[in-house]
Amino acid sequence: MIKHLLSADDLDRDTAIGILDIAERMAATAGREIKKLPTLRGRTVVNLFYEDSTRTRISFEAAAKRLSADVITFSAKGSSVSKGESLKDTALTLQAMGADAVAIRHPAAGAPHRLAGWISGSVLNAGDGTHEHPTQALLDAYTMRSRLGHVEGLRVAIVGDVLHSRVARSNLSLLTTLGAEVILVGPPTLLPVGFEKALPPGASISYDLDAVLPKCDVVMMLRVQRERMIDSYFPSEREYSRRYGLDRRRMALLPEHAIVMHPGPMNRGIEISSQVADSARSTVVEQVANGVSVRMAVLYLLLGGNA
Amino acid sequence: MAGHARHPARKPVHGTDRDAPSETSPLQHVKSNTVSGIRGRTILTAADLGRIVDRMAHQILEKTDGATNTVLLGIPTRGVPLAARLAARIEAFEGRRVPCGTLDVTLYRDDLRLRGTRAVGPTAVPEDGIDARRVILVDDVLFSGRTVRAALDALSDIGRPSQVQLAVLVDRGHRELPIRADYVGKNMPTSRAESVRVLLREVDGVDAVLLATANSDGHSGVDGPRSERRSE
Repeated sequence: MIKHLLSADDLDRDTAIGILDIAERMAATAGREIKKLPTLRGRTVVNLFYEDSTRTRISFEAAAKRLSADVITFSAKGSSVSKGESLKDTALTLQAMGADAVAIRHPAAGAPHRLAGWISGSVLNAGDGTHEHPTQALLDAYTMRSRLGHVEGLRVAIVGDVLHSRVARSNLSLLTTLGAEVILVGPPTLLPVGFEKALPPGASISYDLDAVLPKCDVVMMLRVQRERMIDSYFPSEREYSRRYGLDRRRMALLPEHAIVMHPGPMNRGIEISSQVADSARSTVVEQVANGVSVRMAVLYLLLGGNA
Repeated sequence: MAGHARHPARKPVHGTDRDAPSETSPLQHVKSNTVSGIRGRTILTAADLGRIVDRMAHQILEKTDGATNTVLLGIPTRGVPLAARLAARIEAFEGRRVPCGTLDVTLYRDDLRLRGTRAVGPTAVPEDGIDARRVILVDDVLFSGRTVRAALDALSDIGRPSQVQLAVLVDRGHRELPIRADYVGKNMPTSRAESVRVLLREVDGVDAVLLATANSDGHSGVDGPRSERRSE
């Protein structure tokens, strides 16, 4: 059994499918009048957020609360971090408080790995820099499975700022583990140099979105991460949008059954147009709801068993 | 109990079995054998099991005013096909369709920390719900009572039944909680070191109830009725 969820690579096929199956059961309880389950009563889950987040933080909090765990949410703003406290000292504080699990979001890649070495509880990577965001990949896979019935054999295009995207990295790993075919699409400047040599089997790279769309079952649009763009990766947002933005015309190129995903928050009008984002094909809102179920499943797996 | 195994010719005496007429259930496989890959002494054969389910269906009809306003909820894994069988028998006897569902109790168990996480089964409640209805929980083996305790908690999160009853195929004793069954297929005195394995056609491909000494297949058998199912 796994103790931490630091990377989508931690999950083999059976574990990942097990999480999706449990998430399905968890989702079934969300329709009840009483949504709470007593499963993690008496456990403490800490949300340690060094980066801004709405969706993921609330999602982890809701998931832990639905399982009756006690939740402590910590954001770097307004804490001793602004007085210069190191991650290690914060970790030791959490350890002393008896945190059973810590969901951490941090701007530095690898911070969750370091944290896992300092505390005795489970560590969940809720996004570390441009590295990984495994629960997002799980909820994306869950969304694909619930909309299209399966993940294996799907052709998924991940479009846009792959270079800065932890969502893309985690999805690439998880989706290929689950037997999907992944095509990374974006301008050459936003695809990591030499990435084609490091790709897992079943993955490929393309620079031409229009050519890829007609054969896709899923198109996942990535946010243009302006906060991480210190160089100029493309001449203008307008030009980016022309080449790689998903608008109504491009959506029409997709097969009938194909779905449009976005991890949020969306830059409407840049990578995705409003008509597409609000269309019936868009799963953006579903992804948020599924996030709670998937995180419940992960917390249950990591915390349910070990005392 | 162990003594009978050595005398296959002698009919076993079910001292505490208040329901099953021992005269009509000659145990032909009292010797230790292997059924469906599981070693153990056969306590009930397929024919015994069929008669017991018939009787339980009759008892349910008797005690529930002809199974009116009644819902059967099976506890996975083997409570589910048992509930379906009871419902089928009730329909055969009285022509009344009893709604049948599944109640998974994994997330309500009190031993998750001791035993580790396990897969969560489906919960499917009949369309009309369970509010103000009589719910009969169905499970294969009643042992410590902890599964039933969890089931009662799970039930209260789904609705408010007017009454909850419990039907089990085998009651093997060793209760740790104040819980008793309303319908018992067979009372089976056991030692804690033994493990009761219920095999059902729908799950295991064969109908039988076996009694195994825990050591023979690695189960401790000390900590609750689920020990014999951990492999799932």
